[in-house]
Amino acid sequence: MSANAIEIRDLVVDYGSRRILTNISFDIRQGEIMVIMGGSGAGKSTLLRCLLGLKKPTSGHIHMLGTDICHASQAELYKLREKMGVAFQRGALFTSMSVAENIQLPLREHTDLDESTIQIMTRIKLDMVNMLPYEHLMPSELSGGMAKRAALARAIIMDPKLLFFDEPSAGLDPITSAELDELILLLKKSMRMTIVVVTHELESVFAIADRIAILGEGKLIQVGTPEEIRNSSNETIINLLNRTPRENNVDRDTHLERLTKDTQ
Amino acid sequence: MNKITIELLTGIFVLIGIAAFTWLAVSIAGASFTEQPGYTLEARFTSISGLREGAVIEGAGVRIGTVSRIDFDPDSFEAIVFLRINEGVPVQEDAIASVRTQGIIGEKYINIVPGGFDELLGDGDELYETESAISLEELVSRYIFSSED
Amino acid sequence: MIKTISNLGSYVLDGIEQIGRTFNLLLIILWKILQPPYQIFPIIKQVYFIGARSMTVIIISGVTIGMVLGLQFYNTLERFGSVGVLGSAVALSIIRELGPVMTALMVVGRAGSAICAELGIMRITEQVDALECMAISPDKYLVAPKLVGGVISVPLLNFVFNVVAIGGGYFVGVVLFGVSEGSYVNGMIDSVLWSDVRLGLVKSIIFGLLITLICCAKGFYLHLSKYGSQGAEGVSRATTDAVVISSVSVLFCDFIIGALMS
Repeated sequence: MSANAIEIRDLVVDYGSRRILTNISFDIRQGEIMVIMGGSGAGKSTLLRCLLGLKKPTSGHIHMLGTDICHASQAELYKLREKMGVAFQRGALFTSMSVAENIQLPLREHTDLDESTIQIMTRIKLDMVNMLPYEHLMPSELSGGMAKRAALARAIIMDPKLLFFDEPSAGLDPITSAELDELILLLKKSMRMTIVVVTHELESVFAIADRIAILGEGKLIQVGTPEEIRNSSNETIINLLNRTPRENNVDRDTHLERLTKDTQ
Repeated sequence: MNKITIELLTGIFVLIGIAAFTWLAVSIAGASFTEQPGYTLEARFTSISGLREGAVIEGAGVRIGTVSRIDFDPDSFEAIVFLRINEGVPVQEDAIASVRTQGIIGEKYINIVPGGFDELLGDGDELYETESAISLEELVSRYIFSSED
Repeated sequence: MIKTISNLGSYVLDGIEQIGRTFNLLLIILWKILQPPYQIFPIIKQVYFIGARSMTVIIISGVTIGMVLGLQFYNTLERFGSVGVLGSAVALSIIRELGPVMTALMVVGRAGSAICAELGIMRITEQVDALECMAISPDKYLVAPKLVGGVISVPLLNFVFNVVAIGGGYFVGVVLFGVSEGSYVNGMIDSVLWSDVRLGLVKSIIFGLLITLICCAKGFYLHLSKYGSQGAEGVSRATTDAVVISSVSVLFCDFIIGALMS
């Protein structure tokens, strides 16, 4: 059993005729927090969807805990998913159920635990994300930050080995964002999970990452520790870290032409 | 909306639906779950134009049975009608079965006129005296052409 | 000119693709229903939402249609002196045709649109993805109960509709216009056959399956259709489509089934 929780090899993904990801290959080690970064349109969401098994790539392999999810049967995929937890960008809580019921759903569907055990386990996880007072609220009554915390509780209810975050800090104020970072670090330490975070929030990245993978225009630019990334000589990475706006110098005539095209 | 209430209301709904179906099927359509006690006779006709399975069999204007099946005999080119007669209704060997119409343009039914013999027909026997359906067009054309003489 | 033709072509191809997907969904669900865990309570809940809660609409429209038929038939039959067949006319029209069709159309409006919207919204807010990632099969958990609920509810609603519609015709014919009760009721009993009731039953079962399947597929596969990226507007467009296509399919199938079974 290798020390890698996830091995991605030669991943190629197309949407129709557009090539989104080209030859992505890297590893994610067990017990580490890997942050996947990149500008908009770099392919982060697509990569995440492939990792979650929601998109089948054009070619390549993703070995997760021993199974190649790109070529696995649905039964194998589902067995693997019982060990995975996902916190979606906007929570994706089921709006017809309360917070507690949302969190309990995997337990009810996959286990035979009795009612009181389910309730207790729910409360434990709610407490971990500081949402215990709100267990009976409906998702529509929650603020953005509360929804994300509830979604996290749901993701960890089955004590998964792999945890995925899609833009955890999106839409959050800096303080709540920092609290969420604390939580992620806590989860790694106390429950020894392998955590994959897709984000472009720089502050959080360097606060939590063990290693960082940077994508650019569908290709893997670099994988390394925060130190290595910070000292990178790659231009794209430097621009990304320094928040340099993209160059937009066109000469005046071209610019004018662009503005007045088709308006005569 | 708790679980018990939903189950209760759903149960009531299902019962009402099934009751409606049963009422329609049994009282109106006359479907019976067991066959009515009685016996079946066979009768052949040269024409039963318009007679349907399930049509009424009348004797003296009273319903005494139902047409259970209609077959076709390709050798003799006749219609074979199976008459399900209710129990207790005697049909003599020389009784006459004729295809009649309700009103002028109504549904077709079978009318049984009793005969004089003592022997009664039993289950599976054939009724030989039959009168086929009268076609209105035939009658009218006969009248028209006969008056040309 | 060429553009119009190629637009038509892509439209047709898109339609065929959707039909294929919808049928595929049906097969997947039929396969999965047979495997545990069995979703008994979710099915009951759907029978409640689709069936029990449509009762009011069905009863009101049933009585109304029955009364309208009673009125119209009486009007016509009176001119031929045949009001005695009012019972048969109303009963046969309802049981063979109007019952199944009107029930299906009412349910499409009431429940079908809601089902499509619900599934569509769940799809675009990633709730369906969330189920997948929790190893809960979304077609079995979300769609299957609705499908089974629809197939059970619509025929039941149909028979309730039939009964109240016949009652409505009775009210107009016998109570209002003075047709004799005997001729109404006995006329009905004499002319309605089991094959008529069976026709209505078969139609309503097929309609139930058809409308539920189309509305579920439209919502569930919203992300694959051309409205997939339009958010809320996409959901409303898909819902409108679902209602229109379901209704037209019902009318079309009504003819086919009637032709095949007569």
